Amino acid sequence: MKGAQILIELLKREGVEVIFGYPGGAVIDIYDVIYETPEIHHILVRHEQGAAHAADGYARSTGKVGVCMATSGPGATNLVTGLATAYMDSIPIVAITGQVGTPLIGKDSFQEADITGITMPITKHNFLVTRVEDLAFIVREAFYIASSGRPGPVVIDIPKDVQQKTTEFVYPEKIKIPGYKPTYRGHVKQITLAAAAIMEAERPLLYVGGGVITSGASAQLLELAEKTDIPVVHTMMGKGTFPESHPLSLGMLGMHGTYWANKAVMNCDLLIAVGARFDDRVTGKVDTFAPKAKIIHIDIDPAEIGKNVKSDIPIVGDARLVLGELVKRVERKTHPQWREEIETFKRAYSPPYKESPKLLPHHVITLIYEKTHGENTILVTDVGQHQMWAAQMYRCEKPRTWVSSGGLGTMGYGLPASIGVQIGNPDKRVILISGDGSIFMKIQEMVTAVNYGLPLKIFVMNNSYLGMVRQWQGCLYKKRYSCTRLHNPDLAVVARAFGAEGLTVKTQAELEQAIDKALAIQDRPVLVDCHVAEEENVLPFVPPGKSLEEMILE
Amino acid sequence: MQHIISVLVENKPRVLARVASLFARRGYNIESLAVGPTQDPQISRITLVVHGNEDILEQITKQLYKLIEVIKVGDFTNTSYVDRELALIKVNAPAAVRSEVAQIAEIFRARIVDVEEKSLTVEVTGTPDKIDALEQLLRKYGIIEMTRTGRIALARGSKSL
Repeated sequence: MKGAQILIELLKREGVEVIFGYPGGAVIDIYDVIYETPEIHHILVRHEQGAAHAADGYARSTGKVGVCMATSGPGATNLVTGLATAYMDSIPIVAITGQVGTPLIGKDSFQEADITGITMPITKHNFLVTRVEDLAFIVREAFYIASSGRPGPVVIDIPKDVQQKTTEFVYPEKIKIPGYKPTYRGHVKQITLAAAAIMEAERPLLYVGGGVITSGASAQLLELAEKTDIPVVHTMMGKGTFPESHPLSLGMLGMHGTYWANKAVMNCDLLIAVGARFDDRVTGKVDTFAPKAKIIHIDIDPAEIGKNVKSDIPIVGDARLVLGELVKRVERKTHPQWREEIETFKRAYSPPYKESPKLLPHHVITLIYEKTHGENTILVTDVGQHQMWAAQMYRCEKPRTWVSSGGLGTMGYGLPASIGVQIGNPDKRVILISGDGSIFMKIQEMVTAVNYGLPLKIFVMNNSYLGMVRQWQGCLYKKRYSCTRLHNPDLAVVARAFGAEGLTVKTQAELEQAIDKALAIQDRPVLVDCHVAEEENVLPFVPPGKSLEEMILE
Repeated sequence: MQHIISVLVENKPRVLARVASLFARRGYNIESLAVGPTQDPQISRITLVVHGNEDILEQITKQLYKLIEVIKVGDFTNTSYVDRELALIKVNAPAAVRSEVAQIAEIFRARIVDVEEKSLTVEVTGTPDKIDALEQLLRKYGIIEMTRTGRIALARGSKSL
């Protein structure tokens, strides 16, 4: 069998149904095999970054490994932002890149780039395949590494001659990686200590992140929270881990978290972090974070323990298994006084959305929420103000219904990620909330969405500004709006030129009809250009480097 | 505080680059680094000398373990170990001072490995302090060039990493 055939055979055996990719000289042999492989659906994007984000969106929404493919050199380097995005959010992706033939490596050959060198710090692992005999093992190892432990992207770089060479195909039944043994079961002694701390605490708080989604621990989280009456704050990555309509949910914490979530963090006496990594956008000034609390930190990655914040009871393990053990070791308990204290935080502040004749972002997002929330919708965002508004106002009840670039904050992520989400979830409604800055970073993927007839619902919060930067300039740089004014073409016309539906909303009165129309279209993408008030801010706002106590509230 | 860390890795291409890249990216400083084969041809040993407090060392260890090809990491601090470094020093040694230089070398149990009309090259192994001391003494004759390896270390006794 040829190397290219071995690769595709292995992908089939890994259960890969979709590849997001873009052909080129160094992957023609692989595409030649794809040509005769109906079991694998290839989605042709219009830029390799789109392929990586689409594979990422596919992975986040389905829980499977996303696969993307690109040619050598520029094709491979175009994947880089997508790989970094997936790495920061621990998303399992296998990226297959072509490479110049082995005799040409290191000679600055045409379309040669050292992609394994380039992606070393932004992948969980990467491989350069130098012998066709190693290919089958490497592909299996790549999928195992990408999807196990703390997941992440893995690159397999395959030189053209390795794709062409033949060898006897033997499926590697067993793989052996001596230095890679993720810890899934938490240490019993630590879990017992954690249970005791929970029973002692008077003002406990759960702080949950994306790791809960990765491990599928939502049921155990709900059980623990309800059994011990512990309120829950979630990170942006943790949206959907715990039903936001639940009375114990306090919403998102951090820079743009809810007032009461941040107040709860600052006043709790026990903080139970699950699958969360004390990111600076969450903690604010880190040495003032949760100052009164003992900290239990549950994470599958030992390096997260003690990286940003010292924990009193670290537990390395899989969130689902650890929470499952923890639930067994705690007694039923209630915290009426603590719950009442939190209610007073809730009563003390409500978001300052004044009545306004203008169309405001919260009108749009709230109405989208009212018309679409439920099990059948997956919400995708880009990065910026609209992302934070969506995180605040679009409440998620189930895991894998919220898809957004967290750690890297990649503008342009939204549209290609939506494509991956829709491909992986053909029966679900996929809504993208984007901004006029973000949408143009990957607007060419409208072609892909149109070509495959994907009924994406794209709502652009168009304020003619690079809004989040403008907000910082407004609050922290004396309103010196340097280079953040955006002069955009008519987005509805742009959408129509791509073959999508394009709608424009300029007033509150036009909003409902446009949303209804967008939701009704099923055969092509719809872009709704929402001209929202230009200088709205995302509130509350904890300025960077400040304590969560120092929220700007209006 | 100085730590000697021993890292067993799979003997595969780019492993050293991964370790070096990790240190660069996370802002850890490497004082010295030595890499070579072990009794098992599939495993190499990287010995690193690094500075840092306990928290930093804990992070370094954990981050090293995250590299797929890292099999084992050990810190020799607070254990009993033997450590050695090797240096080659080429020193000016015209006839007038040659025996003097040779004598100093002998005191340090350094070996003369190359002799030429005007110079001597000595080979010395030992702890960094010993090599520093020899270097200091040879300086006055004029060191033409010198090279030192990174430090390598093993635990004392029958235990292994």
